[in-house]
Parts: sequence; structure tokens; C-alpha cells
Amino acid sequence: MDNRRVKKGASVTTRRMIAYIVLILVTFLCLFWFYVLFINATRGHSDLTRGFTLIPGGFALKNWDSLMHSSQPVLLGMRNSLIISICTAVLSTYFSTMTAYAIHAYTFKIRNAMFTFILAVMMIPTQVVALGFIQLMGKMKLMDTYIPLIIPAVAAPATFFYMKQYMESALPMALLEAARIDGSGEFRTFNSIVLPLMKPAIAVQAIFTFVANWNNYFTPALVLTTDNKKTLPILIAQLRSADFLKFDMGQVYMMIAFSIFPVIVVYLILSKHIVGGVAVGAVKG
Amino acid sequence: MKKKIVSIILTAAMTTSLLAGCGSSAGDTAAPAAAAEEASTAEGAAPAAAAEETATAAEGAAPAAADEGSVLNIQCWNEEFKSRVTDHYPGYEKVNDTTGKIGDVTVNWIITPTDDNAYQNHLDEVLPVNESAAADDRVDIFLVEADYALKYVNADPAVAMSMDDLGIAAGDIADQYQYTKDIVTDANGALRGLSWQACSAGLIYNRDIAKDVLGTEEPAEVQEFVKDWATFNKTAEDLKKAGYFVESTVNDSYRVYSNNVSKPWVDGTTVQIDANIEKWVADSKALVDAKETNTYELWSDDWNKGFYPEGKVFAYFGPAWLINFCMAADTEGSVAYDGRWGLCVGPQSFYWGGTWICGAVGTDNPALVKDIMLTMTTDKAVLREIVEKDSDCVNSPSLLAELAADTTFGSKILGGQNPYQQLADGAEKVDMSNISDYDQGCNESFQTAMKDYFEGKVDYDKAISNFQTSVKEKYPELSF
Amino acid sequence: MDGGKKKKSNSNVVKYNKWGYIFLLPFIIVYGVFQLIPFVSTIYYSFFENYRSGLKQIGPNFIGLENYATLLSNADIWKYTENTFFMWILGFVPQIVISLLLAAWFSDPSLRLKGQRFFKTVIYLPNLIMAAAFAMLFFTLFADSGPINSMLVNAGFLSEPYKFMSNTWSARTLVGFMNFLMWFGNTTILLLAGMMGIDTSLFEAAEVDGATAGQIFWKITMPLLRPIFVYVLITSLIGGLQMFDVPQILTNGEGAPDRTTMTLIMYLNKHLFNKNYGMSGALSVILLIITGILSFAVYKFTTNQETN
Repeated sequence: MDNRRVKKGASVTTRRMIAYIVLILVTFLCLFWFYVLFINATRGHSDLTRGFTLIPGGFALKNWDSLMHSSQPVLLGMRNSLIISICTAVLSTYFSTMTAYAIHAYTFKIRNAMFTFILAVMMIPTQVVALGFIQLMGKMKLMDTYIPLIIPAVAAPATFFYMKQYMESALPMALLEAARIDGSGEFRTFNSIVLPLMKPAIAVQAIFTFVANWNNYFTPALVLTTDNKKTLPILIAQLRSADFLKFDMGQVYMMIAFSIFPVIVVYLILSKHIVGGVAVGAVKG
Repeated sequence: MKKKIVSIILTAAMTTSLLAGCGSSAGDTAAPAAAAEEASTAEGAAPAAAAEETATAAEGAAPAAADEGSVLNIQCWNEEFKSRVTDHYPGYEKVNDTTGKIGDVTVNWIITPTDDNAYQNHLDEVLPVNESAAADDRVDIFLVEADYALKYVNADPAVAMSMDDLGIAAGDIADQYQYTKDIVTDANGALRGLSWQACSAGLIYNRDIAKDVLGTEEPAEVQEFVKDWATFNKTAEDLKKAGYFVESTVNDSYRVYSNNVSKPWVDGTTVQIDANIEKWVADSKALVDAKETNTYELWSDDWNKGFYPEGKVFAYFGPAWLINFCMAADTEGSVAYDGRWGLCVGPQSFYWGGTWICGAVGTDNPALVKDIMLTMTTDKAVLREIVEKDSDCVNSPSLLAELAADTTFGSKILGGQNPYQQLADGAEKVDMSNISDYDQGCNESFQTAMKDYFEGKVDYDKAISNFQTSVKEKYPELSF
Repeated sequence: MDGGKKKKSNSNVVKYNKWGYIFLLPFIIVYGVFQLIPFVSTIYYSFFENYRSGLKQIGPNFIGLENYATLLSNADIWKYTENTFFMWILGFVPQIVISLLLAAWFSDPSLRLKGQRFFKTVIYLPNLIMAAAFAMLFFTLFADSGPINSMLVNAGFLSEPYKFMSNTWSARTLVGFMNFLMWFGNTTILLLAGMMGIDTSLFEAAEVDGATAGQIFWKITMPLLRPIFVYVLITSLIGGLQMFDVPQILTNGEGAPDRTTMTLIMYLNKHLFNKNYGMSGALSVILLIITGILSFAVYKFTTNQETN
């Protein structure tokens, strides 16, 4: 039997070798940019105008110091970014799972229409709605608050679609029937049975949502006007449009490095869930 | 007028205490603020109040200080003006990074970055409805750049207060360069903004290359080799033979040509291309084809290369701030570090940069706005401080003349040359009467479209049609 | 089984199904307020001449379909559609190939790859950098006299620096490459999450029956992966049609050279930037129709295959 396998496909050792080579190449491609960023964050401004090197400069502490003493409320910015990103990640995954569950588990009149509708609106680019959105927020007196940045996360069509697709392969209806027979309320079933089963999908989408909101410049820049409420990407943009007297690319790179650090931490925490995985589809089998 | 003098004396007194406060820790902004605080506890809001009384006495039109709002909102896109006011405006106390106090008035700095047009979008939202906003939310001062100044100056209904409405007489601002006024003068001739900077510019050349190829490094003699475009292009050939680029990119000289047009970009609603702009295209195409220069974007890493001897760039076109802050003067091995740049007038006079202060229509602090505008742009003691502390080239012919006459001053970066005479002469010759509301958009679109032509990707007609498409996107009301 | 139950407890099912509405409620309310109202106003404005000139508001004047006529009669919009599509393909093809490969390797128990945690973690990292910062880095590296060029010249591959940003295909390839780098980790994670939902006993059974790795992949993994695969394809297509930040920053928003890297959203952004509500409304609707048709086609195509 083993002989047959060797004849039919490439041997496991060869395939393993190829896999490792590709993985190492890919790893290089992925980490190189972080290296460049790190190098640039350790170099002074005029040193940077000179072009690119592979050796770190001696300006790391100075850049860090000028970042901490710049007029930008960097630490507040990080707090604000954290608040918005965590809230959106939680709201988006919880309610998208709920929406997906509604479509997946129940048969009701507007179910198919709703599904098609959500798929259709997924295609609307954010830019299209932005102007109307800002005007509306102005009328609702919600400008310069976090509400327009956090609450809309409840309705995230793309996250919903993923959850729905995932449920199809991982959430057996039989399990829900069993829960009903045991007398569990619908809401409790959702919270105590569906959510845990959806954990890998939730972890994936939580990361995506967190990162997307962490890096989002477009909407926050339109909504937030008070310095102490601004998020990191706006502060980076502000740092970049600083006047020539205070313009310091070393500081900008340090700030970019500083701002991706928490994302990496969050990512590393959540990646455990993805990599570890949860046994799904057990009932289906 | 007497009261005015009092206020100037007070200003001077404050200035002294400010400078004393600065003392050893020049870079620390907290120190002067603290000093100002000490000083102002004694005098209280004296300068501002005094100035406002002056206004009442002199003009009789401006409201008394008591009627003024308690919050002054200033819209800007970076820290520049904030640091100028913090450092130099008498009686300004820093509360925190985005607020301050002038007497009893709280000053709010509302900073919106320019990225993605965010700053202008923000102004467009707040300015038209400024008069109907709650008193404390109203914009009192907003800053503009030359590129889009006319958009706000020519707005109908007006969003920037005219000098008449502010109570600023022509005599108050006589000692300012005409071009700085042209940029913020509306279609009916009313002046609606002031600047403390005069960013006249010149040709900044590499002294070593000049010596090598032209046989001299003296500004007056080098000027002979670049005195008009024909000579400039001839010199470019010689430089090329010796292995040098005459300028880093064709975009370096664009500003020089476009500042010297004989008709504005837009006449009524028709876009027209000036002969001098066409000359830029022809000259630049020849330079690029002969590999005497490149097509880099300004501020790109490629463009920077000439800041170092290895870049082999003969000259940049730029103002004082480019020389002082952008040419890597503190990096060992750069041309600026070795003090090997020189400054001459170049083929044509032009300017680059500058920030204008406008009083917003609807402000509830007109007297304070007036005082800030006058103090920051006309008070010679303040302007001199700005020159000394911030190295801005200030908007005062008489002060620049004094600086030019100062034989003890020499710029280290320029190899000991005193640039103020050239800068003052240049500023005198800049003529910005041919600007239009559409300059920023047209200039950007034109340079982008022509880049493809210079690089041989498209022919001239296609480049012009790309320019037209791009302008139509920006300004649907225009035609060709 | 389901049918039988439904018959027995019909009233119960109805009672349960009202929960469908309840669970949908948060989505409907939030979507309606924060997205639908602004979106409807966008469509509404597409029938008007409505823009800002300086601070002056022109319009709104009702002009019917004139905005649409202007847009569609011009060849530009088709050119930008083509640009967008080319750049999407240049990023998506390598992305899906590499992602499928990696996901298959990671989930293949017979390979027993070491350091999986590390590799899985690393491939997603590029997505964490802000697109703006990432494009800034690329811009520096691929500049005319940047490190990539000086390396190629020094190694003798080129006689003079290659202008990456000034040539259509190199500029498009760079955009595609950046999109690939930023998104392939994301796609791998999605596919992997899908593959982990597959019962491992299926693989074991197939192995016992003597199937090759390739056979297992095509006959077992792919069909079971279809729902996630459809999701990846459709979101990537939509993401591709909405491609904006990378080419915007790499070309200073001009789509250089000769507007050959100008994407549809960059074009839309130009109208939005100039506050041309009418034109951008019309363009949005056209964009929506294009996206709708494409997504529908993909969805139908892939689900049809499934029923076969």
C-alpha cells in the first residue's frame, strides 16, 4: 500500500522539502517589511533622506523620546484605538453570528429575501456611503463621538456572510433540536451552544475586524475632531503633515511601529484559537 | 494711536520676559509658557484688553472687550502657527497641547491634517454655517495656504473677514510684500488675510559643482549662467557633459515658470494654458530627453539624492525654509552640512509656501482676532523673534533690509553667504496678480499629465487630453 | 428527519421561527439607520446636478439620467474597470494558489510540518501594517534610485534604473504583488478554518483506501471547502473591485502612468474629493451594478457546480 502511494504521488519527504522551501520564502516576504520598518524607526530624519540601509541606526531612543514628547497625544490615541477596535470586534462578531444564526436556523417569510439583501449590500463600498453618512451623523449630533465608529459594526455584511458559510459546515441542526428538547430557550441556545461552536470563526473574524478598525483612517478622520479623541492612524497622518520645522520621518516610522505593536499582540493571543482549533462537525459525522 | 504704542511697549516687555524664560532651555516650550504665566499674573490680560480698547478708541466700530466671546477657535492643519503664537504672542498662556488662554479667553486649536483633503473638507463644513453656530463653537481664525487661499477669499457669501471689517487700515500693513496680499485679495479688491512669512525663493546651487563647471562659486557670477531660461538650458548642457544634472527634476522649475504667467489658469469658466507654462513643457522635454534632469516627484527619495554630493545635482529651486530645514543640514556628508550651497536669484523670481491668517466671518472675538493678526504679521519685535527663533523669512521689507545689511550674519549652510538681500529682492519681484481659484488643481493635474509625456509614455496631445479629463473631474463647471 | 418533526410540532416551529425575526432585529435597525439612509440619499442624488465649486453649492438640479449618460458615454469608465480587473487578477491568482497550497499543507496530517504555529502566525502579519505605511515602504524600495534598482544595477541585471512606477505593467504588477502579500495570509487562515471543519476521519479513510495527497485534496478537501471557497472568491472579487489605498498611495492618486493603474474607486474618490455628489452617486450605482452582476455570476457558477 505504501508502495502504491509513492508511485502515484511525490514522496512525503520531497513534498515536505518543497513545503519548507516555499514556507521559508513566504516567511521572508512577510517579515522583511517589519524589518524595514524596524530599521527605519531607529534612524534619524536626515539619515532617512539618504536612502535605505539594512543596518539599524542609533536614533531609536531619540525617536521614541520625541514621539512621547510630541504634541500628539500618542498614548491617548492608542487607548482610543483600543476602545474602538475592541468594541467593534466584539459587536461585529456577536451580532453577525446572531444574524447568521437567524438566517441559518429559522424558516420565516423574509428569510431568503433578507439573505439576498445582505449579500447585495455587502458590495457597497464604504466610500459610497461616506458623504451621506457624515451628513446624517451631523444631523443626529453624533459627530466627534465614538458612536458612529462603533455601533455600525453590529451590521457587518461580510462578517455575517462568513459566519453563515461557516455555520453550513459546522453547525448541525440536530444539535439545536436536541437543545430544544432539553428545554433550552432560543436565546440561551444561541449563547451557550451556538457561540462556543462558532469559536474558530469568531476568532478569525474578530482579528479581521479588530485590524480593519485599528488601521481605519477614512471614517474616523471624518468623524473625530477633538485631538484627545483621535485614533492612531489620524495621529500618524497629523504627524506626517506636520510643518517642515517639526517634520521627522524617524518619528513617523517609530509611531507606525508603535501602533502596529498592539495589533500584533492581539493577533498572537487570538491566533491560538485558530491554530488550536475546536472540534467541529462532530454531530454531523 | 497713543494706546497702540502702550500696547507695543507692553508687548516688548512681555517679549523680554519670554526670552528670559527661554534662557537655557530653548527647545522646551513649557518654560516660556510658565514665564508668560508669571508675567501675566501681574499684568493680567493687559495686552489683549489694551489692544481692544485701542480698537474701540481708534475705530469706534469694533465691539468692546466685554462683548467678546470667551472662546477663540483656531482652525489649522499643523502645529506651525500654534507654536508661533505660543512662543511669540504676548499674553498667550499654554494650558495644554490643544488649548491656551489669552487673558480670560480660552484658545482652542483645532488641528485637522491635510491628508485626503481633510482640512479643506472640514473648513467647507464649518465655515458656511459659522454665523449660525453657538457662540463658543464658532470659528474665529482659520489658516490657509496659497494654493487654495482664493477658494475661501472669493467665497460667496464671504467666509473670511475683509481688512475693513476687521478695522485694519492699509497703513497698518504697509510694510508687507505686495504678493502676500495679492494671494488673499478677492475679486473685488478686498484684502481678506495676512501672512507673517515671505517665502520668496531662489536658485540654490551646489558651490563645488559651480566651481568645477562654471569656474566660479560667487552668487553674482553664477547668476550670469542662469540669468534666463535660454542661458539656464545652455548651462544644463555643460553640466551634463561634466556628468551633473542641472536640477533634480523638471518639477523643481515648474513653480518658477508658473509664478510668472501672464494670464490666469481660468478665464471665466475657460481653462487656458499660458505661454510660460508651455515653455516649461518644451524646455523640460528637451532637458529630460537630453538626460540633463529627471522626472521625480518633489519630496521623493529620488529627489532628495542631490542633497548629497553623490547625487550630482547642480541646483534646487527653493526658499529659505528649504535651505534651513529640508536639505539634511545636520547629516554628515550632506552638501548643506559642509556649507557648500549658494543662493542666487535664478532665471525668474518666484515664491514657495507660506501660511495666511484669516478672520472667520461670524467670529465673536473680532478685536482679539485683529490684534492677533496685526501682532503676528506687523509687530517688528515679534517678527524679529520669529526670524531668530524659527528662521522664517518674514513678511517685512524693512526688517529684511536690516537683516541684509547685517554684515555679521552669514548662513553656515550657504557657506557664509547672507541670503536676505536676494530673498528681499525676490519677494519684491514676485507678481501673483494672475492667480485663480483653480490654481492648485490645475497645477497638480498639469504636472501629472506632463510626466507621462516627458517619459515618452504618451504624446503631447494625449497628455493634454489627460490634463483636461483630470481638470473636468475636479471642476465640472470648467470647459476648454 | 426535519420534515417529520415539522409536521409533528408545527405550532412549535412557528413559535421558534419568530426568533428569526428577533435575532435579525439588531442588524436591520443598525443597518437601516447607519447605512441604508445614507445609501438611499446617494442614489437619490445621482439624478441631480449637485456639486461644490469652491464653497458654492451648485444644484441640486434634477437632470434625470444625465450623470449616467455622461459616465457611460465616456470610454474612461471601461478603461478603469479593465485596470481594476487586471490588477485584481495579478493579485488574486498567486494569492489563491499559494493560500490553497499552504492551507492544504498545514492541514495535511501526513506531512507533519514542524513550526506550523510559527508559519501560520507569520503569514498573516503583513495585513497588520496599515496599507498607507506599507505602500510608503514599497514606494521607497522601488523608487528610481531606490535599493531594489541599485541592487539590480549592481548585480548587472540592468544597465540603468528601471522606472517601476512609470511603466504600466510594472506598476500594475507592484499593486498586484502588494495586494497578494497583504491578503494571502488572510485567505490562508480562512481556508484553513474551513479545512479544520472537515472531519479528519475522512482523510484517514481516504488514506487507508490508498488515495494520493492530490486525490485527497481535489476529491475531499475542495468539495467540502466550497462554502468557504465561495466566500473567499466573492469577498476577494468585491475587495478587488473596491481596490483603493494601495494604488492610490503608490501613484499619488493619479493612476500613473497614463491612468493605467486608476481603479474604479480611485475614480469615484476623485468625484467625492471634489464633492460632486451627483456624479459620485451615479458612479456608485454603476459600480454596484457591475459588482452585483459579477458576484451573482460567481455565486451561481460555483453553486451550480455543487449540485452537479
